[in-house]
Amino acid sequence: MGNVIGIGAAPKRKEDQRFLTGRGNYVSDIKRPGMAAGVFVRSPHGHAVLRGIDKSDALASPGVIAVLTGDDVADDGLGSLPCGWGITDAKGMPMKEPPFPMLAQDKVRFVGDMVAFVIAETPEQANAAADLLKIDYKVLPSVVGVLEAVRPDAPQLFEDVPNNICCDWELGDKAAVETAFKKAAHVARLSLVNNRLIGNPMEPRAAIAEYEPGTDRYTLWTTSQFPHVVRFLMGALVLNIPQHKLRVVAPDVGGGFGVKQFHYGEEAVITWAAKRVRRPVKWVASRSEGYVSDRHGRDHVTEAELALDETGKFLAFRVNTLANMGGYLSTFGPNIPTNLYGPLLGGVYTTPAIYCNVKVVFTNTVPVDAYRGAGRPEATFVLERIVDVAASEMGIDRVEIRRRNMIPKEAYPYQTPVLVQYDSGDPMGCLDGALVAADVKNFGARKAASARKGKFRGLGYSTYVEACGLAPSRFAGRLGARGGLYESATVRVHPTGQVTVMIGTHNHGQGHETTFAQIVSDKLGVAFENVDIVFGDTDRVQFGMGTYGSRSLVVGGAALSKATDKVIVKGKKIAAHLLEASEADIQFEAGKFSVAGTDRIKTFEEIAGAAYVPHNYPLEVLEPGLEEQAYYDPVNFTYPGGCHIAEVEVDPETGTVTLVNYTAVDDVGTVINPMIVEGQLHGGIVQGVGQALFENAVYDEGSGQLLSGSLMDYCMPRADHLPMMKVATHSTLCTHTPMGVKGCGEVGTIGSPAAVINAVVDALSHLGVTHVDMPATPNRIWRLLQNASLPVAAE
Amino acid sequence: MKPFAYHQPDQIPDAAKLLTSIEDSKLVAGGMTLIPTLKQRLASPTALVDLSKLGSLKGITDDAATITIGAMTPHAVVAASKLIQTKIPGLAALASMIGDPAVRSRGTIGGSVANNDPAADYPAGVLGLGATIITSKREIAADKFFLGLFETALELGEIITAIRFPVPVKAGYAKFKAPASRYALVGVFVAKFPDGVRVAVTGAGPGVFRVPPMEAALSGHFDPSAIAAIKIDTDGLASDIHAEADYRAHLVTVMAKRAVEAALS
Ligand SMILES: Cc1cc2nc3c(=O)[nH]c(=O)nc-3n(C[C@H](O)[C@H](O)[C@H](O)COP(=O)(O)OP(=O)(O)OC[C@H]3O[C@@H](n4cnc5c(N)ncnc54)[C@H](O)[C@@H]3O)c2cc1C
Repeated sequence: MGNVIGIGAAPKRKEDQRFLTGRGNYVSDIKRPGMAAGVFVRSPHGHAVLRGIDKSDALASPGVIAVLTGDDVADDGLGSLPCGWGITDAKGMPMKEPPFPMLAQDKVRFVGDMVAFVIAETPEQANAAADLLKIDYKVLPSVVGVLEAVRPDAPQLFEDVPNNICCDWELGDKAAVETAFKKAAHVARLSLVNNRLIGNPMEPRAAIAEYEPGTDRYTLWTTSQFPHVVRFLMGALVLNIPQHKLRVVAPDVGGGFGVKQFHYGEEAVITWAAKRVRRPVKWVASRSEGYVSDRHGRDHVTEAELALDETGKFLAFRVNTLANMGGYLSTFGPNIPTNLYGPLLGGVYTTPAIYCNVKVVFTNTVPVDAYRGAGRPEATFVLERIVDVAASEMGIDRVEIRRRNMIPKEAYPYQTPVLVQYDSGDPMGCLDGALVAADVKNFGARKAASARKGKFRGLGYSTYVEACGLAPSRFAGRLGARGGLYESATVRVHPTGQVTVMIGTHNHGQGHETTFAQIVSDKLGVAFENVDIVFGDTDRVQFGMGTYGSRSLVVGGAALSKATDKVIVKGKKIAAHLLEASEADIQFEAGKFSVAGTDRIKTFEEIAGAAYVPHNYPLEVLEPGLEEQAYYDPVNFTYPGGCHIAEVEVDPETGTVTLVNYTAVDDVGTVINPMIVEGQLHGGIVQGVGQALFENAVYDEGSGQLLSGSLMDYCMPRADHLPMMKVATHSTLCTHTPMGVKGCGEVGTIGSPAAVINAVVDALSHLGVTHVDMPATPNRIWRLLQNASLPVAAE
Repeated sequence: MKPFAYHQPDQIPDAAKLLTSIEDSKLVAGGMTLIPTLKQRLASPTALVDLSKLGSLKGITDDAATITIGAMTPHAVVAASKLIQTKIPGLAALASMIGDPAVRSRGTIGGSVANNDPAADYPAGVLGLGATIITSKREIAADKFFLGLFETALELGEIITAIRFPVPVKAGYAKFKAPASRYALVGVFVAKFPDGVRVAVTGAGPGVFRVPPMEAALSGHFDPSAIAAIKIDTDGLASDIHAEADYRAHLVTVMAKRAVEAALS
């Protein structure tokens, strides 16, 4: 008999036993009888007319089973890949939504766009045959940058999308903002680029599909963060497969970060192909293939203006952004730079008027969609950068200007001028905690020590908030969501008292099997080891929207909490019967049902046994069995946030930025497992540091080639880039989630880029540097120093 | 990867014969460069001739004035060699900066030198020290060996068996790692001999090259200050998404100074 391990404890992660001993079960580990291999043939051109494909040599190549192209898709009358959000422009007109065929038809629109699928007995044979396909392209000029794409003479991706603008979106009170700017004592201005990122989960994407003629059922194993959503989007909207005839399994998945929360064309093609060839088919992407097909993140160009009064109080904030969508609309694409961006521009401040305009733009690049943080890091970066710019221009201390504008703890719930209402928070408390933890008062001495070594030291702050726990369905529906965003959980108590939970979220590294088991162990008094969490299989789990947007604990955990409560309610009824007491007198605590004020008890196991062997049982009024299900749809987002402080050292000789200290004090609400929260913060921070200092997806204008096409050229942050981080929580409880939780998956990524860049700018401010674009690479810093107002002391 | 035949000879002449007799055959040493190109299907040799059974290609020996490193000696062995750490610490340091532990355990000095990647580290050490490349056919001076982007003086069927390094008075290597690949964005090897100083640069251009003005200045005064003002011409230097040519030129001076500091420390 193991122990109860409840909320607030930090057991080692259950799932790590299998991961660390090589016993995980990933898609590429799965073998099906008679399985064939598929490879995708992808466009080598950024933009081209697809004039024709000659399959004959490829079909004659050894081992080839089939070669499928866009014409075959059209012949079978299949749908286009759907977009899950339909946003509208300032005039209420719907966004332009050109079709996204699962295999290219007529035209290719990015390097990596899928042109054909070759199936053979082995991957080698499929690759060899792919080389023999004769594809006739008429190459067109590509446009890859948003500024270039909206120029009148730019190459047009779609005939009916003038200037490549998918949607001209806005939020906020434009007139109020204009009025406030007229009264401003000072206006701070900032132009910036939010660099394009590639998600790089450790496991590349992969899929296997199988069709069983006997039952007319399909099974798709896929590296997905949301198998039920794939089942719906692909089955109902692309392939016309009834939901009950389609099983989607996302087994162990090696990291997602958003990259795996979309319905990809590869999934649809392989499922369709499996039936056509009557063989299971497997496809596993290489890392390089992932670079040109995994959805990318970020990629904004922004102009921002902040109006302040003479005391440094923010009067109004105006933001104009061009956001890159890539060649087609991906599942969440247009939602990210709009609904997940504009509403966060209030930050932790009392800015009364905000206006945001976002032009969502098509380019000849991989479709852009959510990547850890998704919209909120971009918003935080603009806001936290311009606050520093304003402070420096007005000669106000950076911490002081933040304090003057911060929402006081007492003012919560706080309604922002950009839709969202924060339920709880204490940004000042996080700031105070971080100032101490980062030892800011001795920064001057550290800076002087760096200067003696010829290095420039800088400190950067980011005090921020984000919207997590995606999302209240009704609210999302008003903003254009085409689906719901609730979550579901089933708690199945076995006759012997062990528990299996079926939940609609997906664990791909976050530690859900541990966190969720702690919730059940805590609430039911069942041993931690006697709780298993099942996810990722539409045949085993009732329903679910999956994992993204820091929603698993907030929304899924809430559904689990509710389902567990229902188990207790039913258990009390059974106990009342067995103990011959009134239901109102039954108490449940620490795994025991008792009659209040007596020593008469029934254990949880006894109640479970009675539920399944109902000999002495109120069958007239109660069903046997002990299994409960709950759906939970939140009433609001949650708003985690905090204060991050980065400290950097710049080597002026080489331009190298070294992150020397990092402190984060975050408000994530109730902490279920502090070790897992710390791990999530570490990982999130590192991804934000990656964006700030290292990562950059670069395309060649004109040809549309991805220049940072592999890990040799795309720089991921590594252990030796990072200091030991100081991470702490300063929590206020969420007022509307059942356990007070707020979510912690994305906070690190959202807060950190601004903290790091603010530190870099601080380090160089004595040279007149006022902004540094991300990533702050050595070459870029050196160039800035070359152009800076003061000569650089090389020695 | 496409199918190929695999041979594992145990005599150098047999290996050489296989190479010349099988069209499109290739040597494989540590495979750290070759295997990735096969996996990406950038190369598709008909046969691989594996050098790992040739015992005479492994090991480190010395005499009064030189150290000889067998072609199949992995980077990790060079980095950890007490002999090299004592006699040419700059070379041991260079080997310790290549790639990561896995790459250093498999990758070999012969493979690195034969490959002559413009951003590889060993070419800087070999040219900077004025080493001699010993092959199955002859001995080639470093100054005559490296012919630019992935080009060397090696002929078809010629196998590097060892590299012989003269022991310098002092030597040092400084590497500015390319952010993603961690190859040399710019690496400078500086070696002081009784009759003068040699300076070799890797990463900055299409192949490893020497810097005569720096050599002259350091021969006069072996100190970082002697070269601080020497600027490198940007002509012919590489320019890419990580570093523009003028930045690389700047880094050559910075890294050369740091290499001299390392040699002096
Ligand atoms: C992740 C990674 C990081 C790396 N980082 C660095 C780095 O920072 N710096 C650096 O310098 N290198 C780096 N390398 C390259 C590494 O040092 C290689 O080991 C080296 O370049 C090739 O050595 P090898 O023994 O693996 O050769 P192989 O890959 O086996 O062969 C390379 C080429 O040389 C030929 N060849 C091999 N041996 C001989 C011989 N004896 N005679 C004639 N021809 C021969 C082969 O036919 C082939 O064409 C890195 C490699 C990887 C995979």
